[in-house]
Amino acid sequence: MRQALLRWLPQILLLALLALLLGWLGHNVLENMRERGIRAGFGFLLEPAGFEIGESLFDYDASLPLWRAFLTGVMNTLRVALPASVIATLLGTLIGLGRLARHPVPRRLCGMLVETLRNIPLLLQLLMCYFALTSLLPDAADAISPLPGSFLSKSGLFLPAWHCTPQCGWDMPQVAGFGIEGGWSLTPEYLAVLIALSLYSAVFIAEIVRGGILSVSSGQIAAGNALGLTRLQVLWHITLPLALRAIVPALTNQYLNLTKNSSLAVAIGYPELVSVANTALNQSGRAFECIVVVMAVYLSLSLITAALMNLYNARVALRGAA
Amino acid sequence: MTRPRLRTLGLLCALAVSALSTPLAHAGKTLDTIKQRGNIQCGVSSGVAGFSLPDSQGRWSGFDVDLCRAIAASVLGDPNKVNFVPLNSQQRFSAIQSGEVDILARNTTWTLTRDASLGLSFTGITYFDGQGFLVPKKLKLTSAKQLKNAEICVQSGTTNEKNLADYFRSQNIKIKPVVFEGFEASFKAFFSGRCQAYTTDISGLAGVRNKEAKNPDDYVILPEVISKEPLGPAVRRGDDDWFAIVRWVAFALIEAEEGGITQANIDSIKADSKDPAIQRLLGTGEDSGKLLGLDRDWAYRAIKSVGNYGEVFARNVGPNSVLKLPRGLNNLWNKGGILYAPPIR
Repeated sequence: MRQALLRWLPQILLLALLALLLGWLGHNVLENMRERGIRAGFGFLLEPAGFEIGESLFDYDASLPLWRAFLTGVMNTLRVALPASVIATLLGTLIGLGRLARHPVPRRLCGMLVETLRNIPLLLQLLMCYFALTSLLPDAADAISPLPGSFLSKSGLFLPAWHCTPQCGWDMPQVAGFGIEGGWSLTPEYLAVLIALSLYSAVFIAEIVRGGILSVSSGQIAAGNALGLTRLQVLWHITLPLALRAIVPALTNQYLNLTKNSSLAVAIGYPELVSVANTALNQSGRAFECIVVVMAVYLSLSLITAALMNLYNARVALRGAA
Repeated sequence: MTRPRLRTLGLLCALAVSALSTPLAHAGKTLDTIKQRGNIQCGVSSGVAGFSLPDSQGRWSGFDVDLCRAIAASVLGDPNKVNFVPLNSQQRFSAIQSGEVDILARNTTWTLTRDASLGLSFTGITYFDGQGFLVPKKLKLTSAKQLKNAEICVQSGTTNEKNLADYFRSQNIKIKPVVFEGFEASFKAFFSGRCQAYTTDISGLAGVRNKEAKNPDDYVILPEVISKEPLGPAVRRGDDDWFAIVRWVAFALIEAEEGGITQANIDSIKADSKDPAIQRLLGTGEDSGKLLGLDRDWAYRAIKSVGNYGEVFARNVGPNSVLKLPRGLNNLWNKGGILYAPPIR
């Protein structure tokens, strides 16, 4: 009994101290803000947002409460981060394998790609990608049609969309008004963020994949060869499963980075979370609260990603290993 | 791009640290701090033609810049004792709240929310602006009401975004805003053809068209003015003495124009004038500076350093500048505008 108390007492004291410290800091923040005539609190999230958002997955308009604007921002972040993660993983694996190719041409090419992309700041790549898209593509009024029913212009990529309101059918984009209307559209902002994020993350993933594969002991591969498996079979049945153990933990970091890096999209006008928060911050003046919301959202997204990846890692990890 | 980001971070840290520290009994007198420090920290934009823009030597000029210089001349006796702190639209309020700047002269619109809930006070209106639209001439538009389903480039962190939504909601027209964090990116996207229209305050539209467009004649400003944008300097709440100084230096510049006092003739007028109002303003009559905690030449130095309101206007945004904006509302009350300074007595 006494021993248990001795073991727990310091921990409880530490926790209490921490709680006190946080409480004191929080109290001072509110007190000082009140003193300076800055209003505090999260009630403003229920007031009408008052601003439009360029693109949203669900219906959104300016009369909805501010938290809906934030939600739209979060959905836009996910809308770019999830596909970018998938593309980056596939592309990264290919580039990583390419760097290990026996042939010097793919090996050198992939090496050059990796060294170029990972050594240029992402923000610059993003801006370059965006201004390339908006300068190279034709004006909305003279959009090109790469495939029947689809249009590509400075206003983005328009594709036919399947929808069921009020009747099921294809909604074909059409030349109208200032350019193209209807259909399913991907703005140049979205495309630029998707491309830049995917490429940037892909080269980091390529290095992780390469490292993972190199970590597989040559004895395992020799054993595969001895069994008469082809190179592809060795890769698929032996090298990759073994390499995954080294790859997955590092991959988690890349997914976390990718999600957080998507906040740079604010520079080119893609309405993700930070962009929406910036506008909300300025309309309401609640800098402190808006930053807290953004931090909480990124933290939650990161924790969820990490938890999922840990689950997956537990499945691919060596059974019985520590 | 990295620098402003770092600055935002720094500012937020400063705000957090100052907010975290034990509550202060009193904010301390801004004027004393300024005199001790020997310069005024003036928060300006990171580059808006006509209002605040550094040249290749790093020397700042513009309408807002001149106001800060006038205050420095008034308070410290030297218009160059100003440290200009470039702020983007998201940073500006944190900068004034945390005490990083003494005065925010950053073409900021005076609104109720800002005045009542951000811990700052607007000292007055120095420029009457309004929001408008810039469109390419080739679209042959004559009214903003024709912008149905148009994509409109706009900068984030401004009152413009909300006005845009309000205006088109009231007209029942759907538009697609494309919102950029930076001023630069927003107009670059417009000129590259990404948007069919660009919106900001009309002074800004003129600046962008005349300075940034390859051929300014290819663009027109639509007739609609969709909002009132009274721009003016703001100071931290709670120091009424400093508030009064900033407010009255601006009034002195307006008063000087009304009295016909210019940078060029101020010395001869000071020596000769028998008009008691002018004598009070220039410190040869009653001492008007004493009441503000300054000396009797406070207004003389301000006017001598930057000129009267009309000269400041002409040099930065009027006929002598690239913007070539008309005086419009920003003319004296007795010349068709609404500028009206309370009497200095």
